[in-house]
Amino acid sequence: MNTTQLTLFWLFAALTCGGAIAVCVSQNVVRMAFSLVLTLGSTAVLFLLLGADFVGATQLLVYVGGTLVLIVFGVMLTATGPFTRIKSSAAGGILSGLIGIAFLFIVASTVTSVRWVDSDKGQGVASKIEFGTHSKAVASHFNPEQQGNTTRQLGLSFLSLRADRDLKFGIPPAPVEESNTAPVIPGESVAAAALPLNSNPKLSVGYLLPFEIVSVHLLVVLVGAAYLARTKRRTKS
Amino acid sequence: MDTLLAANSLAEYLHTNGVPVVGPLDDSTAMIVAAVVHVALVGAWFGLPAGLFIWAERKISGRIQDRLGPTRTGGKFGWLQSLADGIKLIQKEDLVPKDADGLMFRLAPYIVVVASFVGYIALPFSDGWAAMVLDVGLFLTLAVLSLEVLGVILAGYSSGSKWALFGAMREGAQMVSYEIPMAICALCPIVTAGTLNLNEVALLQSGGAWNWNVLHPFNFFAFFVYFTCATASCKRAPFDLAEAESELVAGFLTEYSGFRWSLFFLAEYASMFLVSGLAVVLFLGGWDDGFGIIVAIKKAFPDFLGTFIANVIGLKVFLIKSSILVCVQIWVRWTLPRLRIDQVMTTCLKYLIPISCFLFAGTVAYPLVLAKMSGQTSIIGPPAGERLVQPRSAFATSRLEPNGTNPASVQVSAASSEGSQP
Repeated sequence: MNTTQLTLFWLFAALTCGGAIAVCVSQNVVRMAFSLVLTLGSTAVLFLLLGADFVGATQLLVYVGGTLVLIVFGVMLTATGPFTRIKSSAAGGILSGLIGIAFLFIVASTVTSVRWVDSDKGQGVASKIEFGTHSKAVASHFNPEQQGNTTRQLGLSFLSLRADRDLKFGIPPAPVEESNTAPVIPGESVAAAALPLNSNPKLSVGYLLPFEIVSVHLLVVLVGAAYLARTKRRTKS
Repeated sequence: MDTLLAANSLAEYLHTNGVPVVGPLDDSTAMIVAAVVHVALVGAWFGLPAGLFIWAERKISGRIQDRLGPTRTGGKFGWLQSLADGIKLIQKEDLVPKDADGLMFRLAPYIVVVASFVGYIALPFSDGWAAMVLDVGLFLTLAVLSLEVLGVILAGYSSGSKWALFGAMREGAQMVSYEIPMAICALCPIVTAGTLNLNEVALLQSGGAWNWNVLHPFNFFAFFVYFTCATASCKRAPFDLAEAESELVAGFLTEYSGFRWSLFFLAEYASMFLVSGLAVVLFLGGWDDGFGIIVAIKKAFPDFLGTFIANVIGLKVFLIKSSILVCVQIWVRWTLPRLRIDQVMTTCLKYLIPISCFLFAGTVAYPLVLAKMSGQTSIIGPPAGERLVQPRSAFATSRLEPNGTNPASVQVSAASSEGSQP
């Protein structure tokens, strides 16, 4: 990360935390919702800054564009007065504060227990695959880690072809399969070397089936919810 | 071809080659300079459509209603009408109603404007001429477009007025529902192309009008469904329920005046152009002229100047195509009567969503059925993946070419000429 990226990171990290604090401090429901926009939107920007553009876009689409709109709708539909205020009691404040601190402790202990040095290495390997049009960026100073473009890697991992495990790196293309004799242009060398599969015939576990099961499950939940809501209305009328 | 003027390559160019006087820039400076250049370029085009298309809308609506429209402001055709409007709006008092939630009321227009501005990030105006050539281009654009609803709802809610609240509720419901068929229809050409990168989707269609996605049997219908939904998501007539004057005064805009009101309209016209540009990239070949002229220029002059000129022509083609679509939106607005709110929702939920789901399933099944029947995945020309100007995926290329040709050595012009020959 260069200085600009670091500055941006701290800026948006501050915005994330500031928004989160504002959600707790504010008493106006709609302002809370707006602070949530700030928090979730800045989180998306943090993902984008870290090169996880797919996760960042998903964060925007699902949380800011979807969930938050639902929340605001809910607030608007259930509000009794024009600008509803929420006041919590002192006991409630203490209780939620304790829960919050406990959660912070869990998160902090999880974060510190990971050996980031090792996983950094793995990520470095993963970022070397560049399937995009601008694959020349690999050779230069601007690596795809900064650029993002992780979609294809994600898609391949879904199909149990993980970039950091199942694909080989750093091997000159000559000894692998056939005769790859054409001179390797520096910019493409990494991508070309990344082609052959690992000698280990056992691939990683794919995530496609769990993903599909979860989405079908969600669909069933949606249909069920719609059905329940409709039957209620029918019995009334 | 190497000198694509996309964000990363500009930053990269500044870093490696340097600026004539200063010399090579370091990482962060190069990044900032590239960011400023792109924001300025995109910002200029963000502001332009508002002025241009408001004038066009006045003229076209005038002609449709058998009037002349503006004739005197700034010469013969009323060219400066939008500028006069803008000056008038800026001079107006910036009112905030007594009952309104001041902070939210003031912020809401900016949310809408920022949402439609950020949508331009991934939109390629010509080959590689996008602020960011992203692998998640379409996904990010759709995600950002979905944020516009939030500004509208906040505007309506914070106004402290019943008209505004009702307008915002309607508008929010409408925009959220129309997002679904719009996204599904936008996925159809994505499935055909096999990439979410908007630049690559357009590249796959280059070389001639027969390569355009709109000629794909399912994408053809998806285009019309997409365009309908896009019109609705821009709050344009016949879906402009939020501003139904006879029922709701002006919907969520009721309490707004002056500059903040004009911000909403700036965003509306900008997102009209954005969704039209997306339609052009996804269905109508992007910057491709339809006769293979641009590809031919690039093939004949593969140096920097030739590529640049080809890209400028491509830019013009793209702008003309998108502007035609915007004019269609204007034309529809002034010729079709407004739908009722229940009709708007019925159109979306009972018709457009099932239709778009069917089209999506059809697009997925189409190449499989074709491959089963005729042995190839497209009727005319080579399969879409082989039409790419550059080898898109080194992984795929090595599988396709076992004779040992290096993916990088595939000539740009050779690959692109494949697309021009059906």
